[in-house]
Amino acid sequence: MIGIEFYLIVSALMFCIGVVGVITRRNAIIVFMSIELMLNSVNLTFVTFSSFLGDSAGQIFVFFVMTVAAAEAAVGLAIIIAIFRNKLTVNLDEINILKW
Amino acid sequence: MFTNLIYLAVFFPLIGFILNSFLGRKIKSEKVVGIIGSGAVGLAFLISAFSFFEVLALPVDERTIIVTLFQWMKVANLDISFGYQVDPLSLVMSLIVTGVGLLIHVYSIGYMHGDKGFARFFAYLNLFIFMMMNLILADNFVLLFLGWEGVGLCSYLLIGFWYDRKFEKSTTADAAKKAFIVNRIGDFGFLLGMFLIYMTYGSLKFSEVFLFADKIPVPEITLTLITLFLFIGATGKSAQIPLFVWLPDAMAGPTPVSALIHAATMVTAGVYMVSRCSILFIQAETTMMIIAVIGLATAFIAATIGLVQNDIKKVLAYSTVSQLGFMFLALGVGAFTAGIFHLMTHAFFKALLFLGAGSVIHAMHDEQDIRKMGGLKSIMPKTYWTFLAAALAISGIPPLSGFFSKDEILWKSFADGSSILYVIAITTAMMTAFYIFRLFFLTFEGKRRWSEQLHLHESPSVMTVPLIILGVLSVIGGLIGMPALFVGENGNLFASWLAPVFQPALSKITHYGEHSHTTEFLLMILSAGIAVVSIYLARKFYLQNIRPITSLVNNFTKLYKLLLNKYWIDEVYDLLVVNPIKTASEKFLWKVNDVKIIDGFLNGTAAFFDSGSKFIRKIQNGVAQFYALVMVFGIAIILFILFIF
Repeated sequence: MIGIEFYLIVSALMFCIGVVGVITRRNAIIVFMSIELMLNSVNLTFVTFSSFLGDSAGQIFVFFVMTVAAAEAAVGLAIIIAIFRNKLTVNLDEINILKW
Repeated sequence: MFTNLIYLAVFFPLIGFILNSFLGRKIKSEKVVGIIGSGAVGLAFLISAFSFFEVLALPVDERTIIVTLFQWMKVANLDISFGYQVDPLSLVMSLIVTGVGLLIHVYSIGYMHGDKGFARFFAYLNLFIFMMMNLILADNFVLLFLGWEGVGLCSYLLIGFWYDRKFEKSTTADAAKKAFIVNRIGDFGFLLGMFLIYMTYGSLKFSEVFLFADKIPVPEITLTLITLFLFIGATGKSAQIPLFVWLPDAMAGPTPVSALIHAATMVTAGVYMVSRCSILFIQAETTMMIIAVIGLATAFIAATIGLVQNDIKKVLAYSTVSQLGFMFLALGVGAFTAGIFHLMTHAFFKALLFLGAGSVIHAMHDEQDIRKMGGLKSIMPKTYWTFLAAALAISGIPPLSGFFSKDEILWKSFADGSSILYVIAITTAMMTAFYIFRLFFLTFEGKRRWSEQLHLHESPSVMTVPLIILGVLSVIGGLIGMPALFVGENGNLFASWLAPVFQPALSKITHYGEHSHTTEFLLMILSAGIAVVSIYLARKFYLQNIRPITSLVNNFTKLYKLLLNKYWIDEVYDLLVVNPIKTASEKFLWKVNDVKIIDGFLNGTAAFFDSGSKFIRKIQNGVAQFYALVMVFGIAIILFILFIF
């Protein structure tokens, strides 16, 4: 039986990879994927604890997270396409419109 | 009924001011503007007159009515309301101000005809009357001070009315500034006096202060200080030594302004204020002595300067300073009634003199040098005769108005026990008659010294009618103040009218020496005789034989130059006061204090935040990833801290 710590370590690694991806990658789609990775690492943690504690609440939360992630993907992709139409790029370095 | 509406007498001129200042430019017709301006003052005069008759009908000890409009400010014990006090003194003043003011307004319609600032002129005049009415009707020192400052402002506006014209060595704007600044010095003294009154008596309301002053004994030094401070204020407004330099320069304004400021309003404010506070002044003997001496010195010095001036308005200006000196002499010897009486008659004949001079200047196309006039008698008969009436009145020829008022002052200063005061005063009176008739003969009589191309003509009737009315007043105005010598103890209408106001003060005078009516009568004959002799001399020297004067000038060149240049007082002021202040302002206050310290501090603050924001601005680069990075680091730091502690 693999101990709970292995699951959590994998989850933490996934999360860190996600964070680094979000911060370092220049392509907005990749950044988006990295965010999904972070969400999935959190899902993994939920499932792990749910299974080890014998409590189904964690698995319920996973459904919520996946739903929200799906919605976010839909909206996010739409935003990215809109930006691409305006700027002809999805390179995040060149998109610095988040200031006034 | 009208007495309770007295505030309307104050606010009508204000309405006139508002109408003319906002609509004046749109109203193209000078007639309408003039009627609004004069009408406002006329209504104020009517209300004052009706109030006068109403108060006259009241019993003597009920003749003080206070009309409170609203509470103005209330802080701790200080409670100041916007209230007007109607009593014999303020009624006399308001009748003079609105009455003479009305005539000057009407006259201005003719005098200012065609001026591009016609409406502005009337707006200022109305504002002036409004402020002056506040000054004389106020029932407390603060409201009086409001009017006091207000007339200062208006004099500034009016003296500098033709702000783009040259005046002597500078411009009219400089003359206006001079009047304003010199008055500020006096006002500073007045303010200190007010503070001291509040500290001493705990109130600034006339009725309370004067009641306390009558009943509560206060150390003499306090009273002396209060009264001295107040008197400093009076020297500024009423152009006494050492603050009289502004008044001759006030000639820079249009002539009706000179008439208004010199005769009826602003310059009399000091005399009025001292009389109003008579109960305070009478208890401070040192101050009274100083007032008498300063008044007399001013009268004398200004008269000597007036002897040699060649500008028609300058002579009149120094004559005003001199006559005001007489009024202060009267106040200084405790003859408050005589001071106010002279104030009134002076308002008549000095307004007339100025308006007459204005009529001449108007006809001469702005020529003011009397050496270039002469022989105007046949061309301007109305101006000539009215001017003659005023000149006779100011010289003290009986029974014209100036005779009674001036003679009462002379008599009271004699009766006060000081023959030195009397001798100097009567010498001054003699000079007055001389310089006025020098002016008169040079202007109206003798040969014509102007070119025939000028086409002189008499002024229109809108100007001459006020002259005639003032002429009548100058001739008969003195009859209401005939001395007891002629009309018995209660026959002096003016004195018995004012008696309730000055009663508390006069009851404190104990040292009056007893003098017989015979002495009074002899002195009266003496002063009348001296006036006649002066006029005769002036006629002889300036019409028949100029040689004695020329030889006098040649033998005493230095003295002549001294007088002609007004004792170099302006230059002395420049040297001792103006230039040091200018230098200090430029070298230190401007270059060090203003530029280095104040500007440096303010600009430094701005520069600090500017560079700070320049640095902080870099944080917001608009790249979402950078924000995320910051967030991650933030979370990491928080976690780190949480783990450590």
